[in-house]
Amino acid sequence: MSAAGTVAAPHGHDPYKLGSGRGEGGGHGGGPHDEATGHGEGGPASPRVIVGYGFWIFLLSDIIMFSAFFAAYAVLAPNTAGGPSGRELFELDRVAIETGLLLLSSFTCGLANVAADARNKLWTEVGLLATGLLGAGFLLLELQEFAGMIEQGAGPDRSAFLSAFFALVGCHGLHVFAGLLWLGTMMAQVWVKGWQPHIVRRLLCFNLFWHALDIVWVALFTIVYLIGSGA
Amino acid sequence: MTSSPGEPRPVDEDDSAPGDGGVAKGITSYLTGLGLAVLLTACSFGLAGTNFIYGPGLPVALVVLAIAQIGIHLVFFLHITTAPDNTNNVMALAFGVFIVFLVVGGSVWIMSHLNHNMMPMEHSMPM
Repeated sequence: MSAAGTVAAPHGHDPYKLGSGRGEGGGHGGGPHDEATGHGEGGPASPRVIVGYGFWIFLLSDIIMFSAFFAAYAVLAPNTAGGPSGRELFELDRVAIETGLLLLSSFTCGLANVAADARNKLWTEVGLLATGLLGAGFLLLELQEFAGMIEQGAGPDRSAFLSAFFALVGCHGLHVFAGLLWLGTMMAQVWVKGWQPHIVRRLLCFNLFWHALDIVWVALFTIVYLIGSGA
Repeated sequence: MTSSPGEPRPVDEDDSAPGDGGVAKGITSYLTGLGLAVLLTACSFGLAGTNFIYGPGLPVALVVLAIAQIGIHLVFFLHITTAPDNTNNVMALAFGVFIVFLVVGGSVWIMSHLNHNMMPMEHSMPM
């Protein structure tokens, strides 16, 4: 794909090449592909921009999926069926520490991204490692919380409120877990394969993913924990 | 990613060593984001712990703080800017936000009406 950016051949005329109409007026016979895209002043977008855009679309669809879980939680939260409510279950200290861990991991992930932009392998790995450790700490605290709640008899089978709670928070936890697996993969790939363009793009996607998880967590701790336990 | 022409940046980073201006700029951006996010998070948790704000207004304040923090994350961490090459991302984001509000707002709205109609005397806790 990266070879598509070279416009060396004067009349190669590949009608399916993204933005092939650049500089030729785009008029003569390329079908709808010529008018479709890539006619901006800068020419066709780089694969990095396109990959980032595609992954952004995925993240937005993921966030929409989360919004369905949020909607379920918002609807079911008052239905405790005589069981414990959020006010009795939630420990805000633990949530504050979880929030701090995830926020810091987002920050170190950003630093890894800066290091990757500077093509500094060591600091990229250090940043990713810190991100992974912070994320693992977050996950550990969350699992502890879940185990404690189930111990108290407040598992997902207790009430509609708890079902929705475990579904929503557990879904976020699963995402973090998947992110950790991805992170380990990226550390290995950066280490072994180095700065090949597709590796760098994967790193970019991982960054977006991890930051998006933090965004979901902001909505989560506000709506579930703070509003659920305080107000 | 590191170059964000949409935002005015202080010029004092420009006299760093040639070649690593991107690094300084990037780290400054992430540090700014982290600082603002920590501030907003601390405000959220602080408000929830005290009764500094009139009780019924607390959820509104928390939601406003959360939206502000999400904005901070989008700008400083995800680098969604108003730069021309970012138009597609912003449009997609706007559509995503629209759908999210439809799903969440619509569900809450409809279900509250259902509750209102089906459970006349029982607990009618708004939230």
